[in-house]
Formats: sequence, structure tokens, C-alpha cells
Amino acid sequence: MRRSSRVTDHKMGSAGFLEQVEADSGEKVRICYQCGKCSAGCPVAYSMDLLPNQLMRLVQLGLKDEVLSCSTIWLCASCETCATRCPREIGIVRVMDALRHMARREHYPVQVREVPLFVSTFISNLKRFGRLWEVGFVGAFNLRSGHLTKDMGKAPGMLRKGKLALLPPRIKGMDKIRKMIKRVEEVNRQ
Amino acid sequence: MKLAFYPGCTLESTAREYLDSTIVVAKAIGIELEEIPDWICCGSTPAHMADELLSISLPAYNLQLARRMDTEGVTVACASCYSRLRAANHAVTTDPEKRAKVGKVLGGDYEGDVPVSHLLEPVGEIIKQPDFQSRLKQKLSGLKVASYYGCLLVRPPEITGFDDVEDPQSMDRVVEAVGAEAIDWRFKVECCGAALAFARPEIVEKLSGQILEDARDSGADIVLVACPLCHSNLDLRQCDIEKFLGVDLEIPVLYFTQLLGLALGISCKELGLHKHTVNPVPVLRKCGIKVKGC
Repeated sequence: MRRSSRVTDHKMGSAGFLEQVEADSGEKVRICYQCGKCSAGCPVAYSMDLLPNQLMRLVQLGLKDEVLSCSTIWLCASCETCATRCPREIGIVRVMDALRHMARREHYPVQVREVPLFVSTFISNLKRFGRLWEVGFVGAFNLRSGHLTKDMGKAPGMLRKGKLALLPPRIKGMDKIRKMIKRVEEVNRQ
Repeated sequence: MKLAFYPGCTLESTAREYLDSTIVVAKAIGIELEEIPDWICCGSTPAHMADELLSISLPAYNLQLARRMDTEGVTVACASCYSRLRAANHAVTTDPEKRAKVGKVLGGDYEGDVPVSHLLEPVGEIIKQPDFQSRLKQKLSGLKVASYYGCLLVRPPEITGFDDVEDPQSMDRVVEAVGAEAIDWRFKVECCGAALAFARPEIVEKLSGQILEDARDSGADIVLVACPLCHSNLDLRQCDIEKFLGVDLEIPVLYFTQLLGLALGISCKELGLHKHTVNPVPVLRKCGIKVKGC
């Protein structure tokens, strides 16, 4: 497992990074005292390049490039174990969300490209139909990710059991719903 | 008891049996469910990973629809939807700035005042009533059940406020109410890997594999869930898990509504027991449970 030794490097931190993360997430990352409970309980820690507590420390140090290009922010499953057990009551998943948004906004390279692909495919499906149309979603995800045959072996059995909706959901007032979702972007820009 | 019902997207397709068993069991035990008309997706995990305001606005839209209904609040069957609806209420009631923004998106203020429960909560009230036992057609004694809660029912506690965060009991009480044995095991609130099933299936195979193996090692005949996403990882992907671990598991994974339905004498077909990937009927029959109409 490649786990970073960068934590101990003495580099210049990026000015204002900690403050920006705290403002975006609404969480006080600065009060983390490195007890490591978040990493001890994290079910996905074994696959991350930076452990959750290391990530918190790097944010405190302002090491923006290291933080925004790590795999940890994409592998976090948002299971909330860390935040629930944090003795400093830091909402670590909200910090992860803020870091993911920042990494996308500032075009940092993504180590686990399927995760943002999963997110954007899901969101565009729900914007179009109002509800998730699973068949359309899985098809689009497989096409976009290049994993064309993923889960396809399960399809015939599911179809037979009536567990796949071949047609997208139809709900009344989709025009209004689309406009409402569009207003999210407008309000975010204000 | 009349409640607005938010099914969520998965219950309309991959978790069809959760929807079917919820409707038939709710009716049988006297919970009146009225589906929120033209509800939309709650945004689930992808919405909060993409945009915070979107992740609050989508559930708030649904809660505004529910507010117009004459019910005692909203109940949700999916743990992820439940968590997002509760999170929206939490955000608008604790942060005036977010409430104002959500109001602008929705075109009208939402105060965060529509109560949201998970279906396990109203069911928990019903099973406590003295006449509940007399409704049962059979006791499921002889069946050992591992109640699996996963993440989002219980975490984060300031949002869900659901049961004990490390050792919840709500589903175990349902198990005991129908005469089955709720076993002690270690993985009841561990993560199944959730949506990583798409991006990193090998993580789901490892995490869900640990859950199933611990259930088996603790003596469980079946695993019981209250979330369609947990079910999908533990049941639909069980063949992938077996390949990944190099072991045979064949552990049936049932929804808690299906367990209740069996005790109430509802047929296999109505409960959708035939829709699981791992067929639960042989194990249930081996444990002495009558399964009708399979």
C-alpha cells in the first residue's frame, strides 16, 4: 500500500486553504487533535493513499495540492463512522464533500475517475426524469466509464423477476421540476 | 395511523419486493400509507457529493409536497432517502442562510417542520401494542436472524436521531416480536460499501463479504435489512462476493417487512420472496417456517 510520507514534509502551505475549506464545509478542521479515531473506524481506509486523520492534518497545514489530488476524497463512502466517533465533533464527511467540490472546480486530476463519473451520470439522469431511471443510469455509466459489461450478467434474472423498469419513470410537472433544479445553479452563483 | 409515504427510486425497480411487502404488511398491521404524489428523487449520496444546495433542495421539495397532505408526517423505507430527508430538515432548521437559499430554489419558504420517520419507527410502535401477537399466524421460532442496520439509518446521530448509534435494537425488536431469535454479531452498523458498487466494486465485495461472513460465523440463518441499497450489495452482488472471497455463502437477505409478512401469514408471492437472488425459501422451510404460495 502506497501511503504518503508527505505528512512529515516541510513544505509551504497554501495561504487561505484551511479557511476556505472551513467556510465551504462549515466545519472547524483546525480543532482536530490527531487522535486517529476517524482512521481507526474508516471501512475504506485500507484503500486510501491518505488516512482521514492525515488528510485533516494536511488541510490544517494548508497543503492544498496534496489534499486535492489524493484518492481519499473519492474513495470515502460517506458512511459517517468517522464523524459519529470524532471527539471534536468535526463533520468529516462534510469536509470531504467540500474538498471534492473544490477539486472539481479547480480541475485537479482525479485518481478514481469512476466516482465523479458515477455522480455526474446519476445527477443528469435525475435532472432529466425527476427520478432515477436505473436502467438508463447503468447503461450510461457503463458507456462513459468504458466498463461496458459491468453487471450485465445480472440483467436477465432481474428482468425476469420484474426488477428492471425498461421505460423511464414519468411524473407530472417535469417542466417545473427542471426549472426548480436549474434555480439551484442560479442561487449558487448569487 | 396515517402517514405520507416516500418510496424512493429503488423501490420502483431493483427493490420492488421491498415496496410490495411494505404495502401489504402496512395494511395488515393498520398503518395507512399514502404515497406522496409525483415525488422526485432525494438526490441520495451523489447529490451531496455534487452540490450541497441541490442535496437539500431535492428532499425539501418532496417534504413541501407532503406538507399539503393530511397525514402525521412522512415515513420512508430506504435508509438513504431517510437520511437525506432528515438532513434537509436539519439544514433548514439550523441554518437560516440555507433556509433562505432553499426557499429561493423552491419558490417558497420551507420551515423544515414535516416530521420524517423510517418505516421501522411506526412498525416499532405497532409491535408494542398488546393485540399485535394475536394477529400473528405463525411464530418464527427456530430462525436465527442477524439484523443489519448499515450506516445511514443511525449515522450521523444528530441528523437521524434513530436508536443507539453503535448498537441499535429497533430491528432486533421486530425479530423478537415475531418469535425469531435476534443474534448478537459484530457488523450490524458496519458499511456495506454503498455506492462504491459502481466505481470500485472490489471494495463492496470486501466490505459486504465481511458482513456476510460475520453473520454466518455468528450462527445467523438469514440477514435482515431495512435499506434497498444494503440489500442490493448483500443479495444481488452475493455471487460476486463469493467469487471475490472464494467461498460459498448462500445467505438469504430479507427485508424486515418480509419477515413480518411471513409471521402474518402473507404469501411468498405477495411478499416478493421469489425476487431475491439468494432464494430464502429452503432455509426458511428448514427452520420450520411455513411459506405459502411458492
